[in-house]
Amino acid sequence: MAIFTRAPKAEPILGQNRLVANLLGLLTWFIGLLFFFPLFWLVLNGFKEESVANASPTLIFDPTLDRFREVTEANAGLLSFAEAFGNSFWIVLISTIFVMILAVPAAYALAIRPMRKWRDVLFFFISTKFLPIVGIIMPIWIIARDLNLLGTRTVLVVLYTAMNLPLAVWMLRSFFAEVPKELIEAAQIDGCSLLGQLRQVILPIVAPGLAATALLCVIFAWNEFFFAIQLNPTGASTIPVWVNSQQKFQGQFLAGLSAASVLATLPVVVAGWAAQKRMIRGLAMGAIK
Amino acid sequence: MATAVISHEEEVRRLQRREGWKRRLPILPALLFTIAVTQIPFLFTLFYSLTDWRIDTVDPRQFVGVENYVSLSGDKFFLDAAWISVQMTVMAVMGSLIVGTGLALLLDRKFFGQGFIRTLLITPFLVMPVVAGFMWKTQMFNATFGVINWVLNTIGIDSIEFATKYPLASVVVVLIWQWSPFMMLIVLAGLQGQDASVLEAARVDGATAWGTFRQITFPQLRPFLELGTLLGAIYLIQVYDHIEVIVGGQPGAKNLPFYIAQRSIGGGNRFGLASSYSIIVVIASIIIANIGLRVLSGLLEDNS
Repeated sequence: MAIFTRAPKAEPILGQNRLVANLLGLLTWFIGLLFFFPLFWLVLNGFKEESVANASPTLIFDPTLDRFREVTEANAGLLSFAEAFGNSFWIVLISTIFVMILAVPAAYALAIRPMRKWRDVLFFFISTKFLPIVGIIMPIWIIARDLNLLGTRTVLVVLYTAMNLPLAVWMLRSFFAEVPKELIEAAQIDGCSLLGQLRQVILPIVAPGLAATALLCVIFAWNEFFFAIQLNPTGASTIPVWVNSQQKFQGQFLAGLSAASVLATLPVVVAGWAAQKRMIRGLAMGAIK
Repeated sequence: MATAVISHEEEVRRLQRREGWKRRLPILPALLFTIAVTQIPFLFTLFYSLTDWRIDTVDPRQFVGVENYVSLSGDKFFLDAAWISVQMTVMAVMGSLIVGTGLALLLDRKFFGQGFIRTLLITPFLVMPVVAGFMWKTQMFNATFGVINWVLNTIGIDSIEFATKYPLASVVVVLIWQWSPFMMLIVLAGLQGQDASVLEAARVDGATAWGTFRQITFPQLRPFLELGTLLGAIYLIQVYDHIEVIVGGQPGAKNLPFYIAQRSIGGGNRFGLASSYSIIVVIASIIIANIGLRVLSGLLEDNS
């Protein structure tokens, strides 16, 4: 089922002629590099002096780590990198744990012991994803204000849990659905309790799927900006808000902003690269299987 | 005798009920949490939209019925934002779908470095939207430091300050850059589910590459393209981050979500009116989602 490890099939649609095939391979390389170029340039700029970055684009320069040092330094009265990183870390971690605690039993129930109308329940979860955030942002802001939660990590933990829950139920269900029913029945016949079935039979099979789902929740929560800026403009701000604050209204900031962007993006991009196959499968096939 | 039969039936029903609850119980926490955080606030929004509530005055909010909605038809700001929402969503979805399909067709072949290029191609989807916006604005679009303008200058064209001159197009370009990888993955899943023997048969029969694509691949890809369109539209109708970063407060690319936030919690304070905008966005999304759910439902039927 893995998308990229399938056995070679008949000829692809494009490129049946050898020359054409080589040209297409070359074209794919060119487009791939072109797509990646802005990010490559961002990393380069992070290693430049401000005066070099704020000039006509150049590839030749003396790389320096100064910008990374500057943006991570704490300035009194301003949101520091360490603070924002700490806030993001805890908010992302706790909301992802909550998502998994809520989603695993639900997905398990939907996949392994289907009941009447399970499809309606699944669709309800997905449909909440179709509700635009602007449809609920005002009451949420009012409720958060009245509960004195504006500018706290708590409000973001709750909202990120709600934001990722439908996707997690959706993806996990497809992973649970792949556990062979015979295995579970065999465990039941052997007198295995529900918890025992979960731990000994089901978890080992779905563990990679659980990891991929959790990772996707981490990525979405880490990158989220709208709630963070609307509900937490000061106080418990997260990494995207910190990056946004690196845009200065005077002086040169381009190289510093690039260094900040690299720091903000790197954790999630590296994690995404490491788990890409399973994540892709979860995202693309989760909707179909 | 008769009573025994009845009590037995009751016993069975009672057991069935208990079994039903046992099956439903694991779903309840997730269900209740989702309802509490998404559905109930929505009802509040619906209520706000029928009032003239402003949170910057002490006047009590008054019920005004559908007045907010009636005023929308003459509200130039609303109509502008709605029109920008439509253009932005349609262009970004169509653009990323076309680019994504092209990328998927190119990737769905064996070539040297396939895995490496695939990794490069999915990266834009992982990048924080705020960073994507900044990067394009300051390092690609910018008139003096931007790479695109540097390329234009070398071929003799004067620099263009893209983000101010073409705000909508600038935002759409960045959205396409971020969403093409997503579409690519969905189309790739569809391509790789193709029946190899059918393709082989087409080739033996002497079909051209284009003919094979149009007659065989495209019909098979259709549900996947529809799925991509649906998911893309649902997310892209809500775009906020890119607009905030690339154009900020300037006119030209403010979509409905951006404008709603600005007019309510972003300092505008007009909760009643802004809520009626929100309801319009939700209705539009429900229409898209309804069409989409039918597609998804079809997919589930086929595969279960």
